[in-house]
Amino acid sequence: MHGLEFDIAHLLAGSLVLVSFMMIYQDRIYALLNTFALQAVLLALAVAWQAWIQEAHHLYASAALALVFKGVIVPWALHRIVQRLGIHREVETVAGVVPTMLAGMGLVALSILLMLQLTAAAENPLAREDLAFALSVILLGMLMMVTRRNAVTQVVGFMSLENGLILAAAGAQGMPLVVEISVAFSVLIAMIVVGVFLFRIRERFDSVDLESLDEFRGERR
Amino acid sequence: MTGADALAAVLALPAGGAVLLALLPGYRTSAWLNVATSFMTFAAAAGLLVLDRPPAGDFLQVDDLNIVFIVLNTFVGFTAAFFSASYIGHELEIGRVTPANLRFYHAMYQMMMFGMNLALLSNNIGLMWVAIELATLTTVLMVGLYRTHEALEAAWKYFILGSVGIALALFGTILVYVAAQPVLGEGMPSMVWSNLIAAAPRFDPAMLNVAFVFLLVGYGTKVGLAPFHAWLPDAHAEGPTPISAVLSGLLLNVALYALLRFKLLMAANETAVAPGPLMIALGLLSLVFAALMLYHRRDIKRLFAYSSIEHMGIIVFAFGIGGPLANFAGLLHMVMHSLTKSAIFFAVGNVTQIKGTQKLADIRGLTQSHPVLGWGLVLAVLSIAGMPPSGVFMSEFLVVTTSFARMPALALILVLGLLLAFGALLMRLSGIAFGAPSDGDRPMHGSLAPLWLHLALVYLIGLHMPQAMVSWFQTVAAMLG
Repeated sequence: MHGLEFDIAHLLAGSLVLVSFMMIYQDRIYALLNTFALQAVLLALAVAWQAWIQEAHHLYASAALALVFKGVIVPWALHRIVQRLGIHREVETVAGVVPTMLAGMGLVALSILLMLQLTAAAENPLAREDLAFALSVILLGMLMMVTRRNAVTQVVGFMSLENGLILAAAGAQGMPLVVEISVAFSVLIAMIVVGVFLFRIRERFDSVDLESLDEFRGERR
Repeated sequence: MTGADALAAVLALPAGGAVLLALLPGYRTSAWLNVATSFMTFAAAAGLLVLDRPPAGDFLQVDDLNIVFIVLNTFVGFTAAFFSASYIGHELEIGRVTPANLRFYHAMYQMMMFGMNLALLSNNIGLMWVAIELATLTTVLMVGLYRTHEALEAAWKYFILGSVGIALALFGTILVYVAAQPVLGEGMPSMVWSNLIAAAPRFDPAMLNVAFVFLLVGYGTKVGLAPFHAWLPDAHAEGPTPISAVLSGLLLNVALYALLRFKLLMAANETAVAPGPLMIALGLLSLVFAALMLYHRRDIKRLFAYSSIEHMGIIVFAFGIGGPLANFAGLLHMVMHSLTKSAIFFAVGNVTQIKGTQKLADIRGLTQSHPVLGWGLVLAVLSIAGMPPSGVFMSEFLVVTTSFARMPALALILVLGLLLAFGALLMRLSGIAFGAPSDGDRPMHGSLAPLWLHLALVYLIGLHMPQAMVSWFQTVAAMLG
């Protein structure tokens, strides 16, 4: 493993985590979608770089998919949905930015401590750090899902979480193609599902804001 | 016909059926085609039981463990399809669904069966994950079928929690690959379960430990273990009742099966943390929590959804204890719970159509107004509460006696949970089944045959378990370690 190859991979994976943090403090939906697109582009670069240094050509397919689908199509579609449904342009959060950022930093520290210790014996330093970064992105995605009230931002949180999963799958040396395609494929299906949901929710209510669905709390009275 | 043909049929029939049903207009034909496809799938699965098993490949396998699940899965899939065929027409009449919805519903039903069968037959941890994801997505769509306020929120909640669960399970799967890759080499061999279990003693134990935590939380969410159960009651209550039966009876089992596979992997590595205590803790927590929650239910489908959480807790507890006897009890309890709980939902489907409500307070005196349905429900609820001579009593008795022998302190908590649940269910049952019947009944449409068929099986096995079944389950229990 050359120093430069390692450094670039490290830089790309690290910037994914950084963009995850950027997503946490966005308070406008459009800005959030743009940040998500940025993360998807970075993911595509990171995966392509892995394909190059591992000489695993099937990974280029995953990278292309991430670039086209998550970097362009999905953000564009969500832009359209937000526009058409007239959803509030502000992101409604459960907790303030500062506590959320602090929680996020705690999660990153946790995942780095866990993963680096876990893989201390591994001979490949890249796989170790990739796993640590990937887990950070996953946990930050989950954090975003729980601290947001709006359906669209929850979906973005979930997709960011999936970005972390793909980073982990690409970092695992020689993991078969089947799984990567299926990961990407399931994201596609998940999007369709979400699309259907947004559409259906629109059919019945005027807002995709989950708060408006919340008057029903579990039990019929 | 060879075993390989039967294996192909178990997967090809539902997949082909889904395509055909998506193309066919007219719900009556579709409903019966759905039943026919499900029956043929069951016949093929039963064929797997007697025919020579095909050798395990990179993707699929049939072994002692999954054959139990696959036969149960296709059987309940068939009876639920039969119930659905008699039930769903009325939902169309009262305008809860449109003909287009029904076409979608039947295609999705077979798609879901395909996903579950594929998950059960897979020999590849990646493929298994994809199949469970497929089953999850189709059930999300089914739960949202009625498109009411409540159904949409339930489906959304299920979608979000289910996706997070499934995402964590994928991370666990990747970690298992990372643990396997130095030993088995890069590429496909490191994802094949039969290779993994053979090489598991040489895996890095620390990596396996972390992987199992992710898998337990991820697939545990799908099993409905507390505290990850929040999606389960809503999804059961707001979807169509045949789907509630399939969710409780089958989908929870599929996730449980995935968990068992990884538990075996953990147990094969002596230096890794023992998976048992974690499973015991989650199992007991689910049992006691769900038993307490049973007391506050106002909705009949939510009541039985919480009862499913309780029983999954018992099953996970039994497998967590491990050993031939506890595994036998866990396996038997899983089969009995599937049969009984789907029977209950068949009865509940009829009850809600008759009364036009799911509110417990508005359902009274069923044994007087509808004796065949009412007594069927009474027998089913007594069975799920663990009264002898049902099969559930036998399996619960086995779980309790084994745990008293192995860990008496935990057995006390187990018995406490069981008694709490017993009290809650009987209290509710007396209200539903006895007393002066509530008026304003509508005619009954759903068939009662699946309900009584399941009841007959549960009570027959409770009275006398056939020797062949005993030795079959003993083999599987021994395999589970």
